[in-house]
Amino acid sequence: MAYVSNTDEERRQMLDALGMESVDELFEDIPEDLRCGETDVPEGRSEDAVHRHLHWLSEKNAAHLTLFLGGGFYDHYTPAAVDALLRRGEFCTPYTPYQAEVSQGTLQAIYEYQTAICRLTGMEVSNASLYDGGTALYEAMMMALRITGRNKIIMDSGVSPIYRNMLQCYTSNLKVDFVEVPVRHGQTRRDLVAESLDDETAAIILQNPNFFGVIDNHSDVARMAHEVGALAVMSCYPVSLGLLKTPGGMDMDIATGEGQSLGLPLSFGGPYLGFMATRREFIRKMPGRIAGATVDREGNRRYVLTLQTREQHIRRESATSNICTNEALCALGALIYLSLLGREGLKQVAGLCADKAEYARQRLEAIPGVEVMRGAPTFNEFCVGLPIDAGEAVGRMIEQGFAAGFPLGRYYPEMSRYLLVAVTEKRTKAEIGRFADALEGVL
Amino acid sequence: MSDIPEDLLYTEQHEWIRAEGETGVIGITDYAAEQLGDVTFVELPAPGNELNAGEAFGEIESVKAVSDMYAPADGTVTEVNERLADEPGLVNQSPYCDGWICKVSLAETSQLGELLSPESYAKLLEEAGD
Amino acid sequence: MKLIFEKSQPGRRGFVFDPSDVPAQAELPDEYLRDEDAELPEVSELDVVRHFTRLSQRNFSVDTNFYPLGSCTMKYNPKFLEDVARLEGFAGLHPLLPQLRLGGMLTQGALQLLHHAGRLLGEITGMAAFTMQPLAGAHGELTGTMLIAAYHRHRGNRKTKLIIPDSGHGTNPASAAIAGYDVVAAPTNERGVVGTDAVRELLDDDVAGMMLTCPNTLGLFNAQVKEIADLVHSVDGLMYYDGANLNAILGRARPGDLGFDLVHLNLHKTFGTPHGGGGPGAGPVGVVERLVPFLPSSVVTKRSDGTYALNYDIPQTIGYVAPFYGNFAVILRAYAYILRLGREGLREVADNAVLNANYLLGRLREHYRVPYDRTCMHEFVISASRQKENGVSALDVAKALIDRGFHPPTVYFPLIVDESLMVEPTECESKETLDAFADAMIEIARLAEENPESLQQAPHGPVTRLDEVAAARKLDVCYQPDGE
Repeated sequence: MAYVSNTDEERRQMLDALGMESVDELFEDIPEDLRCGETDVPEGRSEDAVHRHLHWLSEKNAAHLTLFLGGGFYDHYTPAAVDALLRRGEFCTPYTPYQAEVSQGTLQAIYEYQTAICRLTGMEVSNASLYDGGTALYEAMMMALRITGRNKIIMDSGVSPIYRNMLQCYTSNLKVDFVEVPVRHGQTRRDLVAESLDDETAAIILQNPNFFGVIDNHSDVARMAHEVGALAVMSCYPVSLGLLKTPGGMDMDIATGEGQSLGLPLSFGGPYLGFMATRREFIRKMPGRIAGATVDREGNRRYVLTLQTREQHIRRESATSNICTNEALCALGALIYLSLLGREGLKQVAGLCADKAEYARQRLEAIPGVEVMRGAPTFNEFCVGLPIDAGEAVGRMIEQGFAAGFPLGRYYPEMSRYLLVAVTEKRTKAEIGRFADALEGVL
Repeated sequence: MSDIPEDLLYTEQHEWIRAEGETGVIGITDYAAEQLGDVTFVELPAPGNELNAGEAFGEIESVKAVSDMYAPADGTVTEVNERLADEPGLVNQSPYCDGWICKVSLAETSQLGELLSPESYAKLLEEAGD
Repeated sequence: MKLIFEKSQPGRRGFVFDPSDVPAQAELPDEYLRDEDAELPEVSELDVVRHFTRLSQRNFSVDTNFYPLGSCTMKYNPKFLEDVARLEGFAGLHPLLPQLRLGGMLTQGALQLLHHAGRLLGEITGMAAFTMQPLAGAHGELTGTMLIAAYHRHRGNRKTKLIIPDSGHGTNPASAAIAGYDVVAAPTNERGVVGTDAVRELLDDDVAGMMLTCPNTLGLFNAQVKEIADLVHSVDGLMYYDGANLNAILGRARPGDLGFDLVHLNLHKTFGTPHGGGGPGAGPVGVVERLVPFLPSSVVTKRSDGTYALNYDIPQTIGYVAPFYGNFAVILRAYAYILRLGREGLREVADNAVLNANYLLGRLREHYRVPYDRTCMHEFVISASRQKENGVSALDVAKALIDRGFHPPTVYFPLIVDESLMVEPTECESKETLDAFADAMIEIARLAEENPESLQQAPHGPVTRLDEVAAARKLDVCYQPDGE
């Protein structure tokens, strides 16, 4: 049988050692009437047959479309070295590094990842990663509730509706008061934030660039939150941090985000990477694993998982979170990506995204009847108003070979004519030109 | 055998208190420190905090365990042992002296009568050892 | 070994993108820009490849060492799973595509895969339907406890408690607490399992359900599981199956037939997907018919014309537990694994896993204390309490195994056995490997009597024992170059 090493003869010897005739005797603790008969799972197949089947399924997906679709998940180029290293069995097949002496590779990588995230976000401490950007934002909210002992959350409606839905779901059994503050021209409304903030507020939750692609400097919002003893939490897009003001630079208390854009494939929604960083003073309130530097008996610098008393295997129901894994391999991928690009490369890719988005904006703006939301500055994603329903336009564009963007009507019914268009460094001038021409043709 | 000084009063959760007039000095016992192992962090109360007898007022951590600290009596925190921030190991090395946790101004000194005497505490440990 | 940051040379580049080919230039106002560049390493591609290759060589892994970590099912991860996960039609697929008009038709292969994977898991576990969304085992538990809460809310029940055995995983009570439940611990009896009497004792109308690992974390199957389920059902409680140990009963018994109402699976344990050094995993949740209405949104459905679609119109759903459809690339590996093994292969997984565990237990029985000495399932717990009398702890045994080239078993869990060592060899290992491990364990037991000091010093290198106290006292979790 596949992936079993023992031969019939070896199994015979092992049963003899146990004084048994058959493997069935080992299952005698399962009462007869509870055992199952043959299940309706198909018979096993060879590796190449399964590979063929999966290949056939993969061909039934439209991965050939040219993507101008983002919404928080982006089509970036990943250098080949990232995946070549991630495929190494020594990284791919260990468990969580509890036995530190034989896990120094994973542990040092986590420590380096934490350092990279701190430098990227301008924050003081990072954990070893969480499931994805949405669960990371949820954990940040829970952390703010714990730190402040309050239960009101102010939510900027520029925060991804995908994440807002998740936060609503997770808090349905808890007592959390949500106040949603609408945006104007895609920008955070300071006046409404000021009205909503009070001494019951645990945190205000922001996103930069926000779901509409709009960028902002939320330093003043953080200050307003701090004046009433609330925390400021920001979800951010890590590639943009090659250029944009960091959450640390805006005096945020907790920064989170989706790390997919750092070298991970889109893979139909996962696995992704949630990152989280905060102030040093809050480290004991932060969920997730944390690697720390220490020494071994010879005095060499080494690494261990530290502050484990926050976690569920010690604290059980009082743990900071129920999360027990990070997304170690995805975090490693992000670290390798950031190391390859380095300080200049990250700046370069962020600049390319912004410039190409600007070019796309100019091209789309020139189409009669298309109106680009200008008012607020954007990074690599922006909203355009179309003369027809945006969902309809996207449907027609698919036939032209483009995933033209995300129709905002799905989450903002009053914006049904608006399309959210994303551009990454992968899009060429020629593709952007063809995209604009095709859009003009279908309107 | 645990060290149980004669001039202190104790709680069943292994805190001690030394009454000096209206002021009480609070710490955890040698036994508690031994059970926790090497202490790595003490979450100190803030001066001005109100403590209520029997209620948790802070946490103490080692590598493998974490435990709440319970107030022996009602009172207001007047001073905390700042040295523990950098040297949490003082709780292990000197639980009754340099490893003290905080000082409180006692609401009612009469409350202290409800605490365990050194003899009763010693008996408690003896029973726990069975 | 130096950090990648310490290898940085100003001006060195690892990867350079093409210069911009567009005439436009974004003009972003200064107030929106970062003040200084992110201090990422400046290294070459060769620097990066060599650095991370060397780092990888400092790990024990399933690919390099026997890894009998109890409760974690460290089986071999077939290499072709890595290939199929990287097929462009999957890896390049944007998760928002199905939300576009007619977009479902652009992702028929992916939706069919999710649907079929859910059906297969349903068949394997005896559940009516699965949500593939939970991103890890603990996330599945959280989803499960939220489903329990939704069920009772719908029934108008006011319930506050979940029963969890004292041998349960730490994530069980942590998940229960987040779903708003108080935890009641059920004691383990002298047979190593929770008895019906203990459950009866704890049972009242406030009990929302019970979370059970079966076989449990001692590797023992609870023959009274059906009676326990009946008891919990008698107060309208739900039975939750923690799937950590499903490997033991694949093709032999199904949680649904044992009386469970909902299960979470750890695809990275039972279904061959790599653990990744601590994620990503996947924790799909299966439920019986009466819980189907509460499943997370969205649900993949098969239309009468044979096509697949995502249904978001689920009136009683608990909502969105994940951004999309789960850790898709993990699910697809598990799907390929199930197809590869098939019905017979899955049953042979359980048979060989249980045989390997019992053979190994048989070889160690005389040398270590066995707190619950019965036929075990896929794993077993022994105790170093006898060795401890000579000053050799379970941790020392673990570190001594490292010197001998074996990854240690799980230590100090479950909490109810002192000096516990929890051993799970999995079905993949050969008799030779098991014998070599047993020989090492027996040698260590002998040394614990003859020369305990030698074990207390283990491991002897290349990395010697680490100072965890110093790490916690002087927190250094982010590299700061000297002088900063």
